[in-house]
Amino acid sequence: MRDPKEIIAARAAKELKNVKVVNLGIGLPTMIADYLPKDTDIILQSENGILNMGASAKAGEEDPYIINAGAKCVTVKSGAVFLDSAASFSIIRGGHVDLTVLGALEVDSKGNLANWIIPGKLLPGMGGAMDLVTGAKKVIIAMLHTQKGEPKILEKCSLPLTAVGAVDLIITEMAVIEVVSEGLLLKEVHPNYSVEQVQAQTAAPLIVNRKIVSNYDF
Amino acid sequence: MSNILITTAQDAVSQIPDGAVVMLGGFLGCGAPETLIDALVKKGSKNLTIISNDAAMPNVGVGKLLKNGQIKKLLVSHAGTNPDVKEKMNNDKEFECEFIPQGTLAERICAGGNGLGGILTKTGLGTLAAEGKQIIKVNGQDFLLEIPLKADFALICAYVADKMGNAIYRGTARNFNPLMASAAKQTIMSVKKIVEVGEIDPNDVITPGIFIDYLIQEAA
Repeated sequence: MRDPKEIIAARAAKELKNVKVVNLGIGLPTMIADYLPKDTDIILQSENGILNMGASAKAGEEDPYIINAGAKCVTVKSGAVFLDSAASFSIIRGGHVDLTVLGALEVDSKGNLANWIIPGKLLPGMGGAMDLVTGAKKVIIAMLHTQKGEPKILEKCSLPLTAVGAVDLIITEMAVIEVVSEGLLLKEVHPNYSVEQVQAQTAAPLIVNRKIVSNYDF
Repeated sequence: MSNILITTAQDAVSQIPDGAVVMLGGFLGCGAPETLIDALVKKGSKNLTIISNDAAMPNVGVGKLLKNGQIKKLLVSHAGTNPDVKEKMNNDKEFECEFIPQGTLAERICAGGNGLGGILTKTGLGTLAAEGKQIIKVNGQDFLLEIPLKADFALICAYVADKMGNAIYRGTARNFNPLMASAAKQTIMSVKKIVEVGEIDPNDVITPGIFIDYLIQEAA
């Protein structure tokens, strides 16, 4: 059985089509880069100040001056640019990032997103997430469908929001769900699951109005 | 003539009093002025308000000041990599941590240094980050008014500077450093290498030396 996170990353990689500038969040979204074709001309942006970020640095070849937004040493591609934080966020806020993929604690049927704080428990802070989901042209949430068996896709977020109505698409190990004006449209179901199983793990009604397909590879 | 003072980290931070507002460059420790932070830990100034991108890690960058109990208030975009922040929030009622969206933090610092009255952004609308803030309509669209951030001292780090303080950076160690250079009453900059005036091509200078008050050569 494949790691569910790999299933998600591989499926999410297929959404990186017809886009030029992409920002991948820390954690699971970063894994998406491993599933892009080697010759991809996508420009990965890292909010700490890189355009055209490359792969992780190999052991022994790390340059402590070149890290990603998760403090891991990375490489840069030919044609890369280093930026200060104001210029980096001008790119993000100014609508020059075509697509961002982030993780989430909760997403709801209105496309609201919560991923920065669980009051009293978890205090990561929003980092660049609020700017990314506000400024990027398209926002995809790539996450496990549930957290310790509890649904993360809800009718209404219970945690403090990162942004209102910003999410376009949700990709989990079970399904691909699009946020539309009427709610959550079930577009794909992983072959290991049924529509009923996906609905049972989702705390919001799913719109199922067409033949469900799968573009999952494994 | 330039009135920049080339001195030791110890000497430069000796004027930072208890209760000062201090900006610290760096992103999760990359580009953090570690030499200056070490000197500030040694000096032991207390009740500091620190403005920085993040809380770094327990023994890295701003994390050293936190561990040493020198910070009263922390303004950052992210603290998830330093468990000391949560522990301090649970155990020290006086300690305060305010989260600011990263792009907003950057622009508020720029506004502080650029002489602007504030900036308008959509980031944070409809969230806790908008609480208590004015919403301004421009061309029919809502924006949050975010006010400038300034500091008594900015502690920043560049790669190479000439003796006038004109500085260049390397890789992602640039981050908040050039923004903070102009946003404080006194700016202390540490660099890997100090060179003669004229050795840096004017085309390459990112931070002009007029913003720098103290220049420190980092320990090798």
